[in-house]
Amino acid sequence: MNVPAAWYLVLAALLFGIGAFGFLTRRSAIIMFMCIELMLNAVNLTFVTFARSLSDIGGQISVFFVMVVAAAEVTVGLGIVVAIFRRRASTSVDELTEMKG
Amino acid sequence: MTLHAPAINYVALLPFLLLVGAATTLLFMTALTRNRLSTVVSTSIAVAAALGGFITTFVQWFEVNHHGATTTAAHAIVMDGFSVVMAASITSSLTFALLIAHDWQGRERFNGAEYQMLALLATSGALLMTQANDLVLLFLGLEILSIALYCIIAFNRRRLKSSESSMKYFLLGGFAAAIFIYGVALAYGASGTTNVTALSYFLGTNHLLHPGLLLAGGGLMMIAFAFKVQAVPFHFWSPDVYEGAPTPVTGFHASIVWGGAFAAMIRVMISGLGTQVSTWRPIFFVLIVLSTLVGAAFAILQGNAKRLLAYSSVSHSGFILLGVWTGTAAGVAASSFYVLTYAPVVLGTFAIVALVGGVGDANHELEKYRGLARRNPWIGASLAVLLLSQLGVPFTVGFDGKFAVLAATIDAGNTVGAVVAMVAACIAAFAYLRWTTSLFVAENLDLEPLVVPFASRVVITLSVAYALILGIDPSWLTSITSHATLLFQP
Repeated sequence: MNVPAAWYLVLAALLFGIGAFGFLTRRSAIIMFMCIELMLNAVNLTFVTFARSLSDIGGQISVFFVMVVAAAEVTVGLGIVVAIFRRRASTSVDELTEMKG
Repeated sequence: MTLHAPAINYVALLPFLLLVGAATTLLFMTALTRNRLSTVVSTSIAVAAALGGFITTFVQWFEVNHHGATTTAAHAIVMDGFSVVMAASITSSLTFALLIAHDWQGRERFNGAEYQMLALLATSGALLMTQANDLVLLFLGLEILSIALYCIIAFNRRRLKSSESSMKYFLLGGFAAAIFIYGVALAYGASGTTNVTALSYFLGTNHLLHPGLLLAGGGLMMIAFAFKVQAVPFHFWSPDVYEGAPTPVTGFHASIVWGGAFAAMIRVMISGLGTQVSTWRPIFFVLIVLSTLVGAAFAILQGNAKRLLAYSSVSHSGFILLGVWTGTAAGVAASSFYVLTYAPVVLGTFAIVALVGGVGDANHELEKYRGLARRNPWIGASLAVLLLSQLGVPFTVGFDGKFAVLAATIDAGNTVGAVVAMVAACIAAFAYLRWTTSLFVAENLDLEPLVVPFASRVVITLSVAYALILGIDPSWLTSITSHATLLFQP
C-alpha cells in the first residue's frame, strides 16, 4: 500500500497541534516540557516527509540538528526544574507566583 | 563515493571562533586547576576574547568593503555589511556586560568561570544568528543563545525569583523555538530549500499556485521572532524575566539577545521573504502599534526599575520594527543604527541599576532611586543622561536613533505608524522623566552613598560618553550603518 505524503503531513500537523494544546492547558512544568518535545518531533516528521517528496537530503539532515537541540534542552530544562523543586517541592507552574506580570 | 567538505572562509567565522575558543579554554582551566578560578582571571580572559572579537569585526569590515559580501560553508554563513555591524555591536556589548557581571560576582561572592563561559557561549549563538544564511543554522544559533541564557538567568540559586524567571523563559522559549522550526519545515516544503538567499530566489522566480504552506511557515517564523524581540502581544514573559534575572543578565538580555534576534528577523524577513513584503507588512504594522503603545503605557504603571526597563524595551522594539516594516535598505540601515544607539545606553543603565540593587538584587523599587543624585552626583547625573537618551531627548544618541527609523518609515509611506510611535514616545517620556526627576529630590540623604567599583565605573563612563558624543554628532556612525546592507535584497 502506498501512503500519500499528505497523510504524514496531516499527522505531523495533528501532533504539533496536540503538543501546542497540551502546552497551553497543562500546568505541570514536566508535562509542558514533554509537549514541547512532541512539537519538535512533529517538526521532524514534517522535515522527513518533505525531504522524501522533494528528493532532497537537506531535510533529513535538519532532523539531526533538531534532535540534538531537543536533547540539549532536556538537560538544561530538567536542571532548572530540579533547582526549583529543591526549594518548592512542586513542579506546578501555577505556584510560580513570586512575580506577576 | 567521496565527500567534499565545503570551503570555509575563517575570517567570516573569526569572532564566533574566538568566543567559543575562550569559553573552551575557561572550561579546561576550571577542570584542570585545583582551586576555583578567581573572577579576575576569568573576566580578563573573557573580556580579551570579546575585545578580540570586536577588533576582528574591523578586519571583516575591511574585507567586505574591498572584496564585497561573501557566503561561506556551503552558503550557510554570510559576511556582509549588516552582519559585521551587528557583530561589532554584539561583541562590544559583551565587553560591557562582562564588566558589569564582574562587579556583581564580587558582590554575590560567585567565584569561578561558569558565568563568563555561559555568557561567551550565549553571545556566540547571537553572532551565529547575525551571520546565518540558512534557517536551520539560524535555529542552531537561536538555541545556542537560548540554552546558555536559561542557565545564566537561573545563575543565582539562592534567589527563588531567578530560578522562577528562568523556568518561565525556558518553557516559553522552548515553545517559541518549536514554533520557529515548524515554520522552517513548512517553508522548506513550499520552496525545497532552507537557505535564505535560495528561498528568496525561488520566490522571485516562481509563482506559487498554493501559497498556503509558505504563508503558514512564514507566519510561524514571524511569531517566533516577535516572541524573541518581545513585540506585543508576545511580550508577556519579558517583565518577569527582566525582574527575576540577575541584573547583569538583564543587561545582557536587553542588548545582546535583543540585537541577535533583530538581526535574524531582519535577515529572514527582508533578505528571505522580501518578495512577500506586501503580505507581511500589515502584520508588522499591528506589532508596531501594539508594541510602542502598550510598552509605553505599562512602563508608566511600574514601580520596579527593572520592570519599567522591560516595558521600555518592548516600546523600543516597536521603534525598530518601524525600520523593518519598510523592507528597504534604508530601513535596514536605520534599524541597525537604532540597535547601535540602544545597546550601550541600556547596558550603562543596567550597570547603575545593578549597583543600586545591591547584594541579592534586593533594591529595585523606584523609591530607592529618590535622591540618588544628591548622594552620588556622578552616578545620578549619568543615570539621568542614560534615561533621557532612552527617552530620545535631542543631543543624546537616542534622539538620533528615533529620528533615523522615523525618517526611514515615513519615506516608505508609513506615516500612521510613525505618528503612533511618536505618541507612544510622548507617553513613555512620562515614565522616564518621573524617574529622572526623582533622582534629584532632597530625600534619603541619610543613606550611605553607593560604592562604585572600577569595572562598573568604566562601563558607566563609556556609555555616557557614547550617548553624549554621538548625540552631538552621529554622522560617523550613520555613515557606517548606511553601509550595513544585506547580502541579498529583492
